Amino acid sequence: MSIKISLAGNPNSGKTTMFNALTGSSQRVGNWPGVTVERKEGKLKNDPEIIIQDLPGIYSLSPYTLEEVVTRDYLISGQPDVIVNIVDAANLERNLYLTTQLAELNIPIIVTLNMIDAAAKSGITIDVEKLEKELKCPVISTSAVRGNGCDAAAELAIKTAATEVSPRKIFSEKTAAAISEIEVLLSHVPANNRYWYAVKLFERDGKIASALNLAPETMTKIDRIISDREKAENESSEAIIASERYNWIDNVIKAAVDAPAGKPDNISTKIDSIVTNRFLAIPLFAAVMFMVYYISITTIGTIGTDWVNDVLFGEWIPTWVNSALAGAGTAPWLQSLIVDGIISGVGAVLGFLPQMMVLFCCLAILEDCGYMARVAFIMDRLLRFFGLSGKSFIPMLIGTGCSVPGIMASRTIENESDRRMTVLTTSFIPCGAKLPVIALISGALFNDAAWVVTSVYFAGIAAVVISGIILKKTRLFAGEASPFIMELPHYHRPLVKSVLRTTIQRGWSFVKKAATIILLSTVVIWFLQNFNWKLEMVNPDQSILAALGSFIAPLFSPLGWGNWRATVATITGLIAKENVVSTLGVLYGVEETARTALEYRIRQEYSSIAGYSFLLFNLLCAPCFAAIGAIRREMMSARWTIFALLYLTVFAFTASFLVYQFGILISTGLWNWQTLVPAFILSGIILVLLFRRNPYCGKDGKSALDLNEKRLK
Amino acid sequence: MRTLKHVSVGETVKIHRINGAGALQRRIMDLGLLKGCEIFVRKVAPLGDPMVINVRGYELSLRKSEADVIVIE
Repeated sequence: MSIKISLAGNPNSGKTTMFNALTGSSQRVGNWPGVTVERKEGKLKNDPEIIIQDLPGIYSLSPYTLEEVVTRDYLISGQPDVIVNIVDAANLERNLYLTTQLAELNIPIIVTLNMIDAAAKSGITIDVEKLEKELKCPVISTSAVRGNGCDAAAELAIKTAATEVSPRKIFSEKTAAAISEIEVLLSHVPANNRYWYAVKLFERDGKIASALNLAPETMTKIDRIISDREKAENESSEAIIASERYNWIDNVIKAAVDAPAGKPDNISTKIDSIVTNRFLAIPLFAAVMFMVYYISITTIGTIGTDWVNDVLFGEWIPTWVNSALAGAGTAPWLQSLIVDGIISGVGAVLGFLPQMMVLFCCLAILEDCGYMARVAFIMDRLLRFFGLSGKSFIPMLIGTGCSVPGIMASRTIENESDRRMTVLTTSFIPCGAKLPVIALISGALFNDAAWVVTSVYFAGIAAVVISGIILKKTRLFAGEASPFIMELPHYHRPLVKSVLRTTIQRGWSFVKKAATIILLSTVVIWFLQNFNWKLEMVNPDQSILAALGSFIAPLFSPLGWGNWRATVATITGLIAKENVVSTLGVLYGVEETARTALEYRIRQEYSSIAGYSFLLFNLLCAPCFAAIGAIRREMMSARWTIFALLYLTVFAFTASFLVYQFGILISTGLWNWQTLVPAFILSGIILVLLFRRNPYCGKDGKSALDLNEKRLK
Repeated sequence: MRTLKHVSVGETVKIHRINGAGALQRRIMDLGLLKGCEIFVRKVAPLGDPMVINVRGYELSLRKSEADVIVIE
């Protein structure tokens, strides 16, 4: 018989780590709240009959945020056979709050005291037997990160699945009486969920009230029951319930937990006294980001990339393949396809793998140790200035790896207009796939200067900032920023296993893309570039590609790179951004495919300013199809998706145009009025949009969470 | 009425009441910020906002605008 086990718990309590340990899959984990944004399903490693579900982390089963509603709807209707409530043992008090709510669902439950080792380290000892007695459910200690106790927890869950649920007495007598009075009125509700519905109605949960479709008389009766209690306590019913839950937990903790008194001044607070220090935090953050890119782009990563490009794909593979193909007597066109098309295209992309791996590794370390949540904390004030929340920073940081998970991570942002804004702007941040483009241009035209890389990241951030300020003043995005009530997780030493897993996973998906989509598009491009409309093999200059590219190219002349090769590279970049490099590799493909050769050709054809403008356009314009798909999924509307793509492209065009035109003006001192007049007018418009008064400011002082709540209804 | 917003770093205060209604109030209560509960103000972010408090043994960051609904004794 198949059994469904649901993993539920607070954000950042280690549900996904547990899920990975149980199912042997490798879902993304991170040390900050909100990594998991949708439900994931897997099968227990050695028993495919057992289905495990990883739910997003929640603090409560309240009706206010999307994740909470998704989770509770699932738990009520999806009927898991057993809930494994994962609890952070070092933070039992707040974690058990959700436990008290889960326990009301009439589903068998077990509690796993996760991160028990960390709790022990800070001097907390938990009497498991006493806790079991108080919670009236099985309790087990685990350390999912080390894999300790996970299998035992699964076994325990399976054993518990068939058991009866014993009721717990959590609320005070008077409140319990009020709830049972409400229960009596709910005769048409299935008995197994009746208690839960009664509690929710007592809390005046509007979603539940409308879902149950109660008669007006019943509603009035319920309302009177609630008001009586509220008057007696001089508190709202929600506050009564919450207080009584915490009171109950306090007693449980007194009975079963022995913790050192006073506020713990642990290692995390000591680290934080430096990392989030008033004066050091921002310089430190800038230094960390610079170090990450310095290590991955300028130093270690480049050593690897140079070797792959110059030696592996520059000499060994082409020489070897050429001689092998010549030896086998292959037709010249096939040899050209393989060597000039596939190897130079795919090789140009794969060459960046070492750099990417180093970058992914650095970011994984930062994510794993808990620094990312601090970054959100440090940056919040700044981000709010242009209408985003510190939480938008997390999607953007993930976006430095890949826009697709970055865009998806925006789902933790409660407020809809903030979420849309984040989805829209995340792809401005240079993702890993854009790295090869950056590296190519900075190598070819700027002598691999670290400032080029840093500057395009700042350009990406500036694009986000400018868009934030401009769009926040439009009707589409008006409104308050979403709240920023976030738990700061404990720091922990990054685990080699999880850092390696994240690094390899992202690296592997990069390689997979190179082997599939990019391989295919290099073949297509090679074909279009070597044949004319009559399907005769011709010089690239007379090819189909040259014709198509030349047709569109004039559009990009004002940006300084209106030639067909750059145009085609930009278009193929929509398939995958690495394609920009591979296409240039194919189109400029000389005999050898070494990166130095490609860089040499680029140096011949483009000025530094034109190259920078080309780079900027490719970074800011519409992202690759995978990211466009993610935008479509998160926007949940075709119109918003089209708006996003248009906005990104227009923004990119404007930015590159201005950079190129003013760059030319500054570097040559030549006043070309034909292009400078529109450039000045455009800058004027942007300045007006940036600095005009916000017509929607302060219209209502309502919190964004409340607005979100309205939308949920 | 003094709210959490005005408490300086290093002070320990007791919650008197949570103002407001709806989602924000509920989230604050769900996180254990309830009447009678002690709060230690750990620090303020480099740019002056948000702040970090220690409540029920864990560290929570929230904006001053959000701290403003928490009335203290």
